[in-house]
Amino acid sequence: MSGGASTVPTTSSAPVGITGTTGSILTSDTGGAASVQTAPFGHALVAAGERDARIVGLTADLGKYTDMHVFAQRFPERFVQVGMAEQNLIGIAAGLARTGHVPFATTYCVFATRRAYDFIAIGAALGRANVKIVAGLPGLTTGYGGTHQGIEDLALMRAIPGLVVIDPCDATEMAQATAAAAEHDGPVYLRLLRGQVPMVFDPATHRFEIGRACLLRDGGDVGIVSTGLMTARALDAADRLEAAGVRASVLHVPTLKPFDRDAVLELAARVPRLVTAENHVVSGGLASAVADTLVDAGVAVRMERIGIPDCFCESGSIPYLVKRYAMDADSIVAAAQRVLTVRRSTNPARNA
Amino acid sequence: MTSITAPSIDVSIPELQERARTLRLHVLRMAERVGQGYVGQGLGIADLLAVLYFGEMRYDPRRLDWPERDRFVLSIGHYSIGLYAALAEAGVFPLDEMDSYGADGSRLEMSGSEVTPGFEMTGGSLGHGLGQAVGMALGHRLAGRKSRTFLLMSDGELQEGSTWEAAMAGAHYRLDALIAFVDCNGQQADGAPATVMGIEPVHDKWTAFGWHVQRIDGNDIRAIVHAIACAKDASGRPHAIILDTLMGKGVPLFERREKNHFIRVAPEEWAIAREQAMARPGAPS
Repeated sequence: MSGGASTVPTTSSAPVGITGTTGSILTSDTGGAASVQTAPFGHALVAAGERDARIVGLTADLGKYTDMHVFAQRFPERFVQVGMAEQNLIGIAAGLARTGHVPFATTYCVFATRRAYDFIAIGAALGRANVKIVAGLPGLTTGYGGTHQGIEDLALMRAIPGLVVIDPCDATEMAQATAAAAEHDGPVYLRLLRGQVPMVFDPATHRFEIGRACLLRDGGDVGIVSTGLMTARALDAADRLEAAGVRASVLHVPTLKPFDRDAVLELAARVPRLVTAENHVVSGGLASAVADTLVDAGVAVRMERIGIPDCFCESGSIPYLVKRYAMDADSIVAAAQRVLTVRRSTNPARNA
Repeated sequence: MTSITAPSIDVSIPELQERARTLRLHVLRMAERVGQGYVGQGLGIADLLAVLYFGEMRYDPRRLDWPERDRFVLSIGHYSIGLYAALAEAGVFPLDEMDSYGADGSRLEMSGSEVTPGFEMTGGSLGHGLGQAVGMALGHRLAGRKSRTFLLMSDGELQEGSTWEAAMAGAHYRLDALIAFVDCNGQQADGAPATVMGIEPVHDKWTAFGWHVQRIDGNDIRAIVHAIACAKDASGRPHAIILDTLMGKGVPLFERREKNHFIRVAPEEWAIAREQAMARPGAPS
């Protein structure tokens, strides 16, 4: 395995001429998608709530900002506001689960995973309490900097035994993953895409299933393994690569845990040059899960990792941040080209 | 329904005192096997557990998942030795299983968890219990059940911020089917709360958070029974019953021992402890 984390661009290399502002946090960045859907999680939770009276909604003073308000309006008697108290959010959810309810608790990724980690691990996961945590502002989907950007949540959640961890790609998958989480018996951590959410997948044909990766494109030169909203950029990158004569596979892995090892190994067997792409730091998330899988199977491939480097990110507009931290489709294309380039073998004698 | 008890106490005080004595002997039996343990806590809380498991609570030891049951939530995992005694005495698991306390592979861990039948949650990471108890009380209300939620937490847990998050929520939602017992035994790992991090005035704090509060001698069975009856009469607020307890209660040898958060006992002391625990009040000692 080769390659490594992308390095942090220096300030002098920051994109010039960007006119965005941090204020764009308040509106979703749809990445220029042709079609969007409003509050897919909120509507999917209402639909699940119509089917299953055990479902209750909770939030820690972020109802409007996690699309929980849609559920709260439809089922006011099944909605619990806990105020700004994330430990208590998970504790109450665990208590509700232990009395037969199916609680969906929302806050931001940073607050759920950093403030309430022990409560998720012990209150929810250890006893397999049927708690669903739906967490907003994953990775670089907000311009508010280190306090609000959930950049290491997948690593933290993956480390907890028995917790299902999902990073959906688009509005279609957000809705389907909500339904799947409701039906799954056990704790789930689901990253939230909210507001105006792009539609990448056709709901008529796409089928999200917990623990299953989907091969979206089949090409023999390079394999892009992606999760969450990075899959839209991976598909975009694959188009550009094809225009340049490079055929790329795109394996979308929306479930980080349980991880679809077979799908990754099948891809690596056919295409031993991989690029991983995740809206998360490059340690502990998708790239690590892929690397774990390959190492365990004794498979050696060349691999490049696209994701947030080992740093807290700046404040700024989302398009600015995505470029600054090399998270755009261009960066995936460049990584694919790097991984395809045969490197000169270093001569240890000369380096000595 | 084969509940062993009725929803309101119809068991006499002497009967409950006898149960508490039996629970204390169970605690000693378990602790003697490992030569140490949270004996002080187990002995100190035996009176409360006798009242709850053999008088007050509605539950069925043969059907632990009965949805209508009253719940007992143990937030403090190291008090498990006391709860094991109550559960074994109630028939949730065989009395002989107590001999596996703290042994490798046993369901009766030193710091208890949901692996033990009858445990409603995993305590031990302190500050979790009240939040989950609030969730359970909300859950019962949502489901239209009359079930009550009893919680035992420690004075040290009043130092955890999550406790007060949950206290605020309990009052906000007016959870009057929630009764939280706060065991004030005056000991935490590093010493007395007054020196570690002061928690008083405990009564005023709970009152300020909107709870119905009583403070009683937590080793007086008559006072415990009375406090629970008073709680039933006060609706619209959750209930905090602050128990001033004596660690090692019922075994003077341990009552007088200093730094008794985690007691180490010499082999020859167990026989003395048993004898002291068997002595009945008023009988010559």
